[in-house]
Amino acid sequence: MTIDKSFFAGKKICILGDRDGIPGPAIAECMKTIGGEIVFTSTECFV
Amino acid sequence: MDMANQARIKEIAEKYGSENVVVVLGGAEAESAGLTAETVIAGDPTYAGPLTNIALKLPVYHILELKELVDPQVYEDQISMMEMVLEVDEIVAEMSNIRDELMKD
Repeated sequence: MTIDKSFFAGKKICILGDRDGIPGPAIAECMKTIGGEIVFTSTECFV
Repeated sequence: MDMANQARIKEIAEKYGSENVVVVLGGAEAESAGLTAETVIAGDPTYAGPLTNIALKLPVYHILELKELVDPQVYEDQISMMEMVLEVDEIVAEMSNIRDELMKD
């Protein structure tokens, strides 16, 4: 996959985590180190 | 993808413009991650939610696909435990398939 940090610069980031996978807040911590502005974080439950 | 989240994503895409929004997923399974990706690209495949027949064409990635971009220590702290139990290859392949299939114009 050819994608780098510059792709995320200035972007609004929506995070859809999964209670049984990676939860929203964990993804948010990671995205803070990549860039962009997190505008929405959620953790879904698919059960 | 639940109705409330579909509504929020729709609202955000309308507010900022689809070209300025990126969606990042944490789905546990390839199938659920793929369905969510399909929903934010091409619309709700179950025809039940606010994104029914609305193709936002939002770029969407699973956090496991972005490993190389995340600070290694943060990735280790937040993701590595789950990475060990999830079917990483399946999830990455499904995300790639959905984008290839649906993001082309």
